[in-house]
Amino acid sequence: MRKTSLLFAIAMAILMVLPAFLDKYLLGIFFMIFFYAYLGQAWNVLTGYTGHISLGHSLYVGMGAYVSTFLAMKYGLSPWIGMWAGGIIAAITGLVIGFLGFRFGLRGVYFVILTIAFAEITRLVVCHVPALGGFAGIFLDFKPSFWNLQFRSNESYYYVGLGFMVASALVVRALEKSRIGKFMIAVREDETAAEALGVNAFKYSMIAIALSAFMSALAGTLYANYIFYISPNTVMGMGLSIELILRPIVGGMGTVLGPIVGSFLLTPLSEISRAYFARGGLEGLHLILYGVLAILVVLFMREGILVYLERFWRRFVRE
Amino acid sequence: MNYALILQLTVQGILLGGIYGLIAVGLSLIFGVMGVVNFAHGPMIVLGMYITYGIFVLAGLDPYVSCVIASGALFLLGYLIQASIVNRILDFPEAMQVLPLVATGLIIENSVLMAFGPDPRSPRTALALASFNVGPISVDVSRFIAFLLALVMTGAIFIFLKKSDVGKRIRAAADSRVGAALVGIRVNKVNNFSFGLGAATTGAAGALLLPLMATSPHLGHDFTLTAFVVVILGGLGNLPGALAGGLILGVAESLATLFVPATMKQVVSFALLVGIMLVRPQGLFGGRR
Amino acid sequence: MGLLVVENLSKSFGGLRAVSGLSFEVEEGEILGLIGPNGAGKTTVFNCLTGFLPSDDGSIVFRERSIKGLKPHEICALGIARTFQIVRPFLNLTVLDNLMIGAMLREKSMTLARKKAEEVLELVGLTKVGNQRAAGLPLPMRKRLELGRALCTGPSLLLLDEVMGGLNPKEVEEIVGLLKEVNGKGVAILLIEHVMKGVMALSHRVVVMNYGQKIAEGSPQEVVRDPNVVQAYLGREFADAGS
Repeated sequence: MRKTSLLFAIAMAILMVLPAFLDKYLLGIFFMIFFYAYLGQAWNVLTGYTGHISLGHSLYVGMGAYVSTFLAMKYGLSPWIGMWAGGIIAAITGLVIGFLGFRFGLRGVYFVILTIAFAEITRLVVCHVPALGGFAGIFLDFKPSFWNLQFRSNESYYYVGLGFMVASALVVRALEKSRIGKFMIAVREDETAAEALGVNAFKYSMIAIALSAFMSALAGTLYANYIFYISPNTVMGMGLSIELILRPIVGGMGTVLGPIVGSFLLTPLSEISRAYFARGGLEGLHLILYGVLAILVVLFMREGILVYLERFWRRFVRE
Repeated sequence: MNYALILQLTVQGILLGGIYGLIAVGLSLIFGVMGVVNFAHGPMIVLGMYITYGIFVLAGLDPYVSCVIASGALFLLGYLIQASIVNRILDFPEAMQVLPLVATGLIIENSVLMAFGPDPRSPRTALALASFNVGPISVDVSRFIAFLLALVMTGAIFIFLKKSDVGKRIRAAADSRVGAALVGIRVNKVNNFSFGLGAATTGAAGALLLPLMATSPHLGHDFTLTAFVVVILGGLGNLPGALAGGLILGVAESLATLFVPATMKQVVSFALLVGIMLVRPQGLFGGRR
Repeated sequence: MGLLVVENLSKSFGGLRAVSGLSFEVEEGEILGLIGPNGAGKTTVFNCLTGFLPSDDGSIVFRERSIKGLKPHEICALGIARTFQIVRPFLNLTVLDNLMIGAMLREKSMTLARKKAEEVLELVGLTKVGNQRAAGLPLPMRKRLELGRALCTGPSLLLLDEVMGGLNPKEVEEIVGLLKEVNGKGVAILLIEHVMKGVMALSHRVVVMNYGQKIAEGSPQEVVRDPNVVQAYLGREFADAGS
């Protein structure tokens, strides 16, 4: 046990010191690694831990992005505050979807389709709202400052991203060990059996979706202030919904390290793909690789790569 | 009340609905036999469109002719997918069945992207702009032909399932996997064939749709969702229901353009989807759930 | 008044009358056997009692309050725990974690819940596999786990659905001993069972169902000799032969 803590401490130390050795480009890659790891954690709360598969999570990300951006541009509100507004609105939306799904008994595939339908409806609606930029989206003003959550150097983004990733890991870790978390896991394992043991499956599913939605929205704000451009297709589309689930799946659903491992594994691949296929729009190669990996993992390593790493680590620790 | 317009829209909706029905029959068949929802259905349709496009550009074959080739190609792909992936996940919890098919769709979509690039493609076929009139209604020839062919193919599938040996085995396997295995049906092979057949409908649909719309790699999601709406409307696993659902949705979407801009008409179909799932998840005509 | 009072319970599925006008009582601390041929409606009764199915008619009163219409988790909180005919362990959790989920109903502190779970772990004889994943357990142990989990919720009434199904005679004996011990602590038990040895050894009283209706009630010895019961299980010839 102590060796594991030591490993984490070393990893954290390395991550804290790394920026001194990285250039802007690499710092940007790390930011995206942290970003997707964080988002994967958020999705994991609903899907990996509570067992309700969502393929429409970009809805919450998009809400966070649009709400905080709108508040910043119209009222000059700092995204650090705006992200809370986005988070709350996303959480409420999640509760609505959850209510429809869980109360009406929409499970499994039906629930998946419900999440997709809501994301797509919202995306299409946003496309038609001029105040939110419509199809074309919104370009954010570049006004770097801590309060605007915008920075000149990628090094600052690196640390903010790292902070988000670590914070989300700590939150999920605490959840895992808590009463609420254990009940969520019971719901995932067997909802009927859990109910028979006094677990209010509806209540814990609602908590899960609200928390998951809230966390995802924060990522949207972060994204908006890094890329400086948001559009319905990029932050609310199926593309993002699918991308954000791949890392936790490959890394290991229902674990704290899964999304992190998955992100460290997958995200660099997209950069390599982009480097070799510089012409815009042809960056599909990394997605093909992601798809293949996801299939392999689900077929042969259902619990994700993390389990294999853990076994390897345990053997290593024993020696 | 502009009756002529309503009539026009209804007819257009029915014509498009025929194709929706074809797409949904494939999806419903796959669900009926394997119990798996094919999340790659949309990208497969897009692949069908691109194959048809490729053949048109390279060999000059009209899409309605190369429809057969596209169906055949997708049949093989579907067979392969079932054999290599889906057969292994049949006993997985529903949730875990979703992911490999989504991933497969992702692979197909991006393969097409890498092969053809992101720009929309549209062949200039001879019939693209032709239309004829029936009374006050103007009918696009390409839509009309697509509708007829879609109906023919759907009918052919129904007859095949009902009369042929393979069809009977498929229906047996759909009814009870264990029972079918017990009477000596090679269920895995039947599954492969069924998925292939379902995939073939996407190839055919792609060929039929190409003259009607430009194709681009990311259309897949829209098609998948539309297919879902139709299938759930008609009842998962209910093939005639899928056809009926297709026609209903075609008309509903078409008439919706009276009230909302065309780019919003999918909101109507998705709202319909949510409504049906909440109120009558077994669909209008009852499916297997 | 009894601990659990069921009056005129009815449940139909479409045209099929699964349970029809069933009335019985479970007294505090007693073991009541619920037997009958397959398809008699016994599990449906359980599902109605525990809130998994809404009953069409009749009343279900536990400790003098109606529990009809309550959700399963609410009913469990009131003191009725159940097991399932086909066991439903939390496969990816360890045996101890499985038990803890049950214990966490009444124990808000994780430490106390763990303690309770460990006690029950010992009671059901699974101490050796406490840290093993439930998925790795063979059926007899899964049955004990299912029983233990229900016990962890601290029930005053335990509903067991064919808990002895699939066990060999020695295992049946062990479960019987275990259940006697549990009952000794004051937990009433309503037992659906096909293993007659178990029913006879445990039950203070027995209720017999057939085609959704009660056809006999009494001590195990009385019930076994009742011609209606014999007929239900074995057919008319045997009933006539006995009289």
